[in-house]
Amino acid sequence: MNFGFFDVFDIYLLEAVVNGILLGGVLALMALGLNLIFGVIDVVWICYAELIMIGMYGLYYTYAVYGLPMWIAAPMCIALVAVLGLLLHYIVIRPLLDAAPINQLLATGGVLFFLQSFATVAFGIDFRNLGIRLPVLAIGEMHFSYARLLAFLAALAGMVTIYLFMTRTYIGTAIRAIAQDRQIMVLMGVDSQRLYLVTSALGGALAGLAACLLVLQYDVHPFVGLSFGPITFMIVVLGGLGNFIGGFVASFVFAEIISLGGLYSDLEWGYVLAFAFFILMMFARPQGLLTRRS
Amino acid sequence: MLLVKGLVKRFGGFAAVNNVSFEVERGEILGLIGPNGSGKSTIFNVLSGTYRPTAGSILFDGHEIAGLAPHQIINRGIGRTFQIPRPFRRLSVFDNVALAGYYGQGRHSRAKAQASAERALAVVGLPIDPRVEVGGLGAAGLKKLELAKALATEPKLLLADESLGGLDEHEMSRAADMLRRIRDEMGITIIWVEHIMGVLMRVVDRVIVLDHGEKIAEGSPGAVANDPKVIEVYLGTQAQAAQQELATASHAEGAQS
Amino acid sequence: MTARKLGIGVAALALIALPFVYKQPYHLHVLVLILIWSFAYTSWSIMGRFGLVSLGHGGFMGVGAYVTALLWNHLGVSPWIGIPLALLAAGLLAVVVGYPCFRFRIIGHYFALVTLALSGIVLQVITATRDHTGGSLGYTPERTKGSVLAAVQFVDKETWYLIALLVWALGLLIWYQVDGSMLRHAMEAISEDEDAAAAAGINVTAEKLKITVLSAMMTAFAGALYCQYQMFISPDTVSGISVSLQMVFAAVVGGIYVALGPTVGAVITILLAEALRIGFGTAAVGWDNLIYGVLLVCFIVLLPQGILGSLLVRSGAAK
Repeated sequence: MNFGFFDVFDIYLLEAVVNGILLGGVLALMALGLNLIFGVIDVVWICYAELIMIGMYGLYYTYAVYGLPMWIAAPMCIALVAVLGLLLHYIVIRPLLDAAPINQLLATGGVLFFLQSFATVAFGIDFRNLGIRLPVLAIGEMHFSYARLLAFLAALAGMVTIYLFMTRTYIGTAIRAIAQDRQIMVLMGVDSQRLYLVTSALGGALAGLAACLLVLQYDVHPFVGLSFGPITFMIVVLGGLGNFIGGFVASFVFAEIISLGGLYSDLEWGYVLAFAFFILMMFARPQGLLTRRS
Repeated sequence: MLLVKGLVKRFGGFAAVNNVSFEVERGEILGLIGPNGSGKSTIFNVLSGTYRPTAGSILFDGHEIAGLAPHQIINRGIGRTFQIPRPFRRLSVFDNVALAGYYGQGRHSRAKAQASAERALAVVGLPIDPRVEVGGLGAAGLKKLELAKALATEPKLLLADESLGGLDEHEMSRAADMLRRIRDEMGITIIWVEHIMGVLMRVVDRVIVLDHGEKIAEGSPGAVANDPKVIEVYLGTQAQAAQQELATASHAEGAQS
Repeated sequence: MTARKLGIGVAALALIALPFVYKQPYHLHVLVLILIWSFAYTSWSIMGRFGLVSLGHGGFMGVGAYVTALLWNHLGVSPWIGIPLALLAAGLLAVVVGYPCFRFRIIGHYFALVTLALSGIVLQVITATRDHTGGSLGYTPERTKGSVLAAVQFVDKETWYLIALLVWALGLLIWYQVDGSMLRHAMEAISEDEDAAAAAGINVTAEKLKITVLSAMMTAFAGALYCQYQMFISPDTVSGISVSLQMVFAAVVGGIYVALGPTVGAVITILLAEALRIGFGTAAVGWDNLIYGVLLVCFIVLLPQGILGSLLVRSGAAK
């Protein structure tokens, strides 16, 4: 038996596994954004994927259409979605902070509708691509796109930045405090409005970063949000709404399922498999669905 | 009628109920008392199916009911009131009771449920008018509603959970009498958990005392009231000593004059 | 005979007689659409009124439409059998997703997100099986020559109008049945206090499943009917998040606690879409959803009870 020699079948499996990890990084970034908003403001932005979609268009236009260099275009894109997050909170969420949760959900649903149609009307339904062709890294017989690797590293960097922000800055600490106990902050004289706005901007910025990373790998069109939106929701629900660690872990689990599912069949079946897994998990591990706050 | 053997309920490492066994005879009113945290409510929650027991068996009319779902236990004939009333404010008083009657008896007939509801409301003394809303009831009224809901399920055994909380002396006395009437006239066996001992002792046939999840005494009200273990648990050894001091002091005073 | 009953009787007769008196095909077409979508929105509101807000009913509609069409095209199964099978499939899906949700107390936010994922997944399945379903390009049931009852295909709008009217009336009938039943009380108790409801003897999981399955099957029926009428379905028009949100929007705007609320919502959404199409032609693609989005947000913020609901509250007719 020659132990140094990989079976071809195993190579593709290993490749899929690694690709899954790389995919998981970006999913974790998106899950972080959703969890941040929910953990602090107690609202779910159903339109989160659509915010990312607008961000993707943003990068497309700044980089591919107007020719700005990436190191300007990307931060602009992140800033754009951060501002969108701010506006979303200010215009839609703020008046509904005390409303029934279903109303909050429906309102963000309305924004989802709006953003999708806005993109359809403004940008057309054609698929757009950045036109960037990054080289492919070859390790043995496995191939990994640099885009994927870059996305993974950038996502990690983003999450580390958020972590540092949350633990080292005053505002970040205040945000963590509110996430744990909303009444305390009022008693301590903290300005909740400002914190919510900062959190919304942060959530938007994370979406913007995710947008930059996604558009490197995939085409953008008005309904691209439907490709990763449902997955993101399943991830945060299974990890526990507001549970950052749970969302992080769930991201990689789902990413692996999608990647491995895509190995054996079409990508869409990977999603179906993920949903089936999700349903099964609900039967098997209901405590994985308990949020810190009920 | 009810045989509880070796009941244990643990929450994590904490044993709220630790190896409790007791029997309930058909037609009796059994009191279940003990200080806060003694496990009274937990036992009720296990009996009614809200919690699954960690260990032990519960035989109701010879059938094992440990681990059944709440609606199944109610269908078998065990009804329960809640310490803090939880009425459905969107429904009228009558609908609250009729709902309990309909589902509690296994969804057989609306007419039957309504008849049970009328009977239950009459027993507790609430108006049968379907237009009366929950919002108009005071503390005593809400307690009566709780009782009516439980009665409408036509139970054989009633778990009355702290029926006296929030009531004044007069209302308490009436509530205690109502429980006795329920047993006498409707033939329903009752286990009564109560924090306020005095009124309960007048009404019950037997008493079980719990402390820290364990049974520490069982017997007639008189016997239990004089049981030193019970007194210590409720009043503490220091208070007991103080009591004795007072008794000695007044005795000495009397001797001096 | 009270004035109200007389009024309803007259209105019913007028509605039934309409297609024999007024034969403008385009207007009849719009009416058929309104009636079918009213039925769909009513199906949603049967669940929605009890706080079981599903953002995934598009999935059930898609199941209804595609199962019926696929059985007809691939296996020659008449919709008379295909539709009940589609309903069964939708019901099964509702149980598979609903049971773990209800058993493990997934409510509110969580439940809405799970249903959202559900409709997304149904869409993905339709796209993934593109070899059979045509994927995003859409799917066409095979046409028969002329009107064939066995194939549930009719050429003339008058027949479709009457069918749609019947189905719409059926939807209202079901709504009223639920409204007057003990199930309604149970669901209201559950949505207020689940633990107390369980303590009152209600099998919470079972009752929630009942209403969910009912709603899912009705929605699937709407999908199947839509398929037979339009003779063309695509993932966007019958399933997916857009349709799901549209359902919620229409029901909310029209009023979910009122029987005719969803119908009012349908009138608004269909008329708006048609008006835009007439006014802007193909340039209007996307504008209707844009306006829905804005309107939905405005309505949620300003009028949480919906138009019809608010009017009735003010007139004292509803609580």
